[in-house]
Amino acid sequence: MEITSLLAISLGAILANNFIFAQFLGICPFLGVSKKIDTAIGMGAAVTFVMGLASAFCFLVNKVLVALDLAFMQTVAFILVIASLVQFVEMFLKKFVPTLYTALGVYLPLITTNCAVLGVALLNVQNDYNFIESVVYGITGGLGFLLAIFLFAAVREQTEFSETPKSFEGFPIALVTAGLIALAFMGFSGLKVW
Amino acid sequence: MNFSKQLKEGLITQNPVLVQLLGMCSTLAITTSFFNGLGMGISVTVILTLSNIFISLLRKIIPNEVRIACYIVVIAGFVTCVDLILKAFVPALSNSLGVFIPLIVVNCIILGRAEAFASKNGVGAATLDGICQGIGYTIVLIIMCVFRELLGAGTFGGGLLGGGELGAAPGLRIIPEQFGIKILTMPVGGFLTLGALIAAMQWALSKSEKKKKEAK
Repeated sequence: MEITSLLAISLGAILANNFIFAQFLGICPFLGVSKKIDTAIGMGAAVTFVMGLASAFCFLVNKVLVALDLAFMQTVAFILVIASLVQFVEMFLKKFVPTLYTALGVYLPLITTNCAVLGVALLNVQNDYNFIESVVYGITGGLGFLLAIFLFAAVREQTEFSETPKSFEGFPIALVTAGLIALAFMGFSGLKVW
Repeated sequence: MNFSKQLKEGLITQNPVLVQLLGMCSTLAITTSFFNGLGMGISVTVILTLSNIFISLLRKIIPNEVRIACYIVVIAGFVTCVDLILKAFVPALSNSLGVFIPLIVVNCIILGRAEAFASKNGVGAATLDGICQGIGYTIVLIIMCVFRELLGAGTFGGGLLGGGELGAAPGLRIIPEQFGIKILTMPVGGFLTLGALIAAMQWALSKSEKKKKEAK
């Protein structure tokens, strides 16, 4: 039972309720750092990592807040936790895993203002997930983001060289592309495994 | 102080969504009914103005190294206030916007204006900037809502007009239901509508630039 519910959460987060295409969380980095496949994968990996950690930490922080009757401070507390977490991860990686740090380096500070990270923390509370479910939701949500940004970057590398109408050049055509991928992802919303 | 110049910047030449490309998440996600768009626009305008005032006042006190963290705390404080006020007085709006109200904290418009404008200018200018950028954002939201609602569901002013309770009102029916382009009310429609709007903006800006060059 436990495993099936976890699987349902993961499938939902990666495909049917993809953070980008169905819930519109994390659009800024999605559009901003998707010009090349390499950088897109770097960003996706960094986001997955931080989202997993943030769901775990915010779950614990939320327990403390609820116990202290301070639940209304959620937003402020979560954003502080995420900001310090990102800072901490950056310092930790710099010291102990320098290869990973150089690969993710530039993207780490950007993640603080990624709404997918704060979003996953808030959604965990809203959906009343327990600790394991929260962490699974965070990581698979990040994987969904990775999948989305990878697909989008791959298409975008192609559209870069194709002729588009003058006013659609650059950003608008990217949005239309994203719309078409979202259309494809809508097919997953009928997905019923159990 | 130059209100008309800043208003023009906020609305057209430096429009936060269409030109600076900030605050995409909320623009795409909540523009499905007129009520949502208006509510979100007003909330963001209020928070943006207040945080601009505060950050501009504190700009000489905040140390440069930790400024982003300080800005985020200021913004998060105002967002929490607005969130609680909406929950208490307009629960319908709070329900339909859901997680996107607390997510105003990470709306890049607010942090972007704090960093680019409020931290460098006086209180008066920062207040004006907050109001003008907020209006620019609200207008884009409303345009998107009207398009998506009218073409997608065939109604106008959903949540506000057409009788019924605030937030649940069906809106005025303009196009019969069976002719609605359902896809526009779905996430796909958000991407397509915004893409078309930005394209229209680029077209208009390049045209006006051409005119200026010809005049010279």
